[in-house]
Amino acid sequence: MLKDILEERRNSISQGGAGLDCEKASLAGAVSQRACVYCGARVVLNPITDAFHLVHGPIGCASYTWDIRGSLSAGSELFRQSFSTDLRERDIVFGGVDKLRAGLKEIAEIYKPPVIFIYATCVVGVIGDDVEAVAREIEKAYGLRVIVVQAPGFAGHKSLGYRLAGEALMKLLTPHKTDQKERAINILGDYNLAGEMWIIKNYFREIGLPVLASFTGDSSCADLIKAPRASLNVVQCAGSMTYLAQKMEEEFGIPWIKASFFGLEDTAKALRETLDILGTEAEIERAKALIARESEKAKAFIEPYLPALKGKKAAIFVGGGFKAISLIRQFISLGLTTVLVGAQTGQKEEYEVMAKIASPGTVILDDANPSELEAFMREKGADILVGGVKERPLAYKLGVAFCDHNHERQSPLAGFVGVTNFTKEINLTINSPVWSYVQAAATF
Amino acid sequence: MLDQTPKEIIARSGICINPLKTCQPVGALYAALGVHRCMPHSHGSQGCVSYHRTLLTRHFKEPAVASSSSFTEGASVFGGGANLKQSVKNIFDVYDPDIIAVHTTCLSETIGDDLNSFILELDIPDGKRVVHCNTPSYVGSHVTGYGQMVAGFIKYLAAKEEKSDSIGVFPGFVNPGDIRELKKLFKLMGVPAMILPDPSDTLDGPMTGSYQMFPEGGTSLAEIRAFGGVKRVLALGLLASKEPALVIKSRCGVETDLLPQPMGIANTDAFLKRLMDLTGHTVPKELEYERGRLIDLLLDANQYYYQKKVAIFGDPDTVAGLLSIALELGLFPSYVVTGTPGDAFVSQCQEILQEYDVPPAKVKAGSDFFELHQWIKNEPVDLLIGTSYGKQIAKAEDIPMVRAGFPILDRYGHAHHPLIGYEGTRRLAELVAGALMDRYDRDCPDEDLDVVM
Repeated sequence: MLKDILEERRNSISQGGAGLDCEKASLAGAVSQRACVYCGARVVLNPITDAFHLVHGPIGCASYTWDIRGSLSAGSELFRQSFSTDLRERDIVFGGVDKLRAGLKEIAEIYKPPVIFIYATCVVGVIGDDVEAVAREIEKAYGLRVIVVQAPGFAGHKSLGYRLAGEALMKLLTPHKTDQKERAINILGDYNLAGEMWIIKNYFREIGLPVLASFTGDSSCADLIKAPRASLNVVQCAGSMTYLAQKMEEEFGIPWIKASFFGLEDTAKALRETLDILGTEAEIERAKALIARESEKAKAFIEPYLPALKGKKAAIFVGGGFKAISLIRQFISLGLTTVLVGAQTGQKEEYEVMAKIASPGTVILDDANPSELEAFMREKGADILVGGVKERPLAYKLGVAFCDHNHERQSPLAGFVGVTNFTKEINLTINSPVWSYVQAAATF
Repeated sequence: MLDQTPKEIIARSGICINPLKTCQPVGALYAALGVHRCMPHSHGSQGCVSYHRTLLTRHFKEPAVASSSSFTEGASVFGGGANLKQSVKNIFDVYDPDIIAVHTTCLSETIGDDLNSFILELDIPDGKRVVHCNTPSYVGSHVTGYGQMVAGFIKYLAAKEEKSDSIGVFPGFVNPGDIRELKKLFKLMGVPAMILPDPSDTLDGPMTGSYQMFPEGGTSLAEIRAFGGVKRVLALGLLASKEPALVIKSRCGVETDLLPQPMGIANTDAFLKRLMDLTGHTVPKELEYERGRLIDLLLDANQYYYQKKVAIFGDPDTVAGLLSIALELGLFPSYVVTGTPGDAFVSQCQEILQEYDVPPAKVKAGSDFFELHQWIKNEPVDLLIGTSYGKQIAKAEDIPMVRAGFPILDRYGHAHHPLIGYEGTRRLAELVAGALMDRYDRDCPDEDLDVVM
């Protein structure tokens, strides 16, 4: 047990019990793994491939988010560039509006994108730039959509950013509101990392159920505005997309379900539940066949790996709670025990589910810091950590295997094929001979 | 993915496209990680420090720890004094560093937080220290932020009354591998030296199976105190070390030499010459031989270097050093660019270029990758030398690339190797020859593919 956990953090950690404090701001002075509002908004909107993402503020926020997420595109690569007004001292004193206006004009003339998202970062509100007014002016002059995302980092953490992204998307969609519905779905909360959206879409293509829009993996503006015609929203990353799903239900009358395409069980369940609502007989049959065929293929693939994985202990630290739950399930099916699970921004119900499905004594953490992760991984003797970029070197320093289930994932981890990739990756890292050097003393 | 970069040069006044710099705080954070048992602290929103830690982790492949004042709406209206107070208490209570090194952000600067008075009002435990520097993100770049933090350490901690026989060194914004090379040079020259900051061991620590939030290594508090009484300070990197050089001169009266990074033969020679003049020591045979081996390699590979056109990009001090190396190799620099603003870079590079009989080069500060790409589209080059994001241009235009500088996000091992000294120059020369020869092998007709090159 970590000897010096901050008193204020005690309620954010639980061991085999419920009643976790979460959805709180991080403590001042803590070494948190969390990001900010701008980050949340940006990661959600960024994969819109033909949108222009302009960061209004000093250069840092644009630099750090330049092409950092492996969202793939079948079309435009515009979203992979970094655009910023690069505010300098002079702009802070005299206001950044002139530069913003000049920038927007240049964008409209060079790139003629269908939509421009302006992200107003920390200082923009403080210096009093009227970003909305400039946005309206440019919209009028050039006949394109300009959507402002007021995303000062101090306004909250990443979750608020997700919500702001949802609001921005609603602004994009609302003019295309319609009562004419099609028997088709939208997929929400998949960002096409390593091509995962393509995998999910291919399943629906085979089944025969049309997908109108994907939020936001490999999406174009033209696709997204079809979304109000759909009859169901299938929400994969609930953490980032619940707000948008709720709004679309309220405004466009589209019901939604939570779905996870991580793991065999959850993928099959997600397909089944979608079709239970919307599928025809024939589609349901095709889905059954697909699930049977792909599950069998995946199980046959996993089989030989199981002895090498059995009994290993896993620690999970990811962004959202829903993904953490899928990962616990996946580890169970691979014969691993989850000994620690945490999220940056999980919700109360999610932590309750984790407590229920994980083995007794599993440590559950909200907004953990490196010391806590280290202490509990050590105490529990974890063999592998699943996390994101900041957790990787921590795991390696402890001599513990690592799998990136975040922006830097190596191969697609969604769908049935994702299970085989995940198994491969887990095996590669956990059974790599490199760990033997950690334990062994030098032989000289 | 850079298909969208048009060939026709576009005049821009409102947008930076694909930045060749980032903001001051990350440089300050990096500098603070080179001080023993020091917690870098970002006084601003929570996201800043998350980004900085991510970037440093991606470059060094090591944990980069830092805390944040985690500003809320309230703090951004009423000021961040309370957040800093709570932060400092929590940090000393839980993480127990010896020093907290606070840097500001665009937010805390814009709302007018006065760190000097905040720190005076803090309740700091005995023997512990809190220092700060001002690093608004809308001034300079990560390189100047680095300099500000080093200056901050000196301002708060260097003691005029100390006496030391050492030479003090501000190494500039370089990698742990460069620091090790510097130490080797001083050791071989028999000159005692103290280096501030020293990220060797803190950001390239060995695998031990245990994680330490504050690893061994880093410049100690006692050493920083002693900086106030060193014989002389060598401040390396005209931009990164300018501010700390000014501060140590004015606060402690220490004489300083502001020198370019010792990259390339001439710069390394000049650096050693300076050490000789200061100490009366001579250059040992070992270093003479090292220099000789470097020149031997340049001779062996000379036909591959001469007249090859190269674009060099990255941070000002590093680019100036790489420019010297490129010219010594016989390359023809076409473009020499940095994203960091400042005319001094341009004049420094022009001066270096004037010493060589080469075609005119475009030298620019405050540029970005988009502009560099446009230039290359109009007048191609044979080789790129610079940081990771350059690979997009390398791929789009099918140009070989040698990685050097900060950040290198997409390869391993770079932070371990020096670019300074004869050894760093030798390594770069090897990488450049390798890249050009690999390209030749790839493109040549089968009958020309020869193991004898």
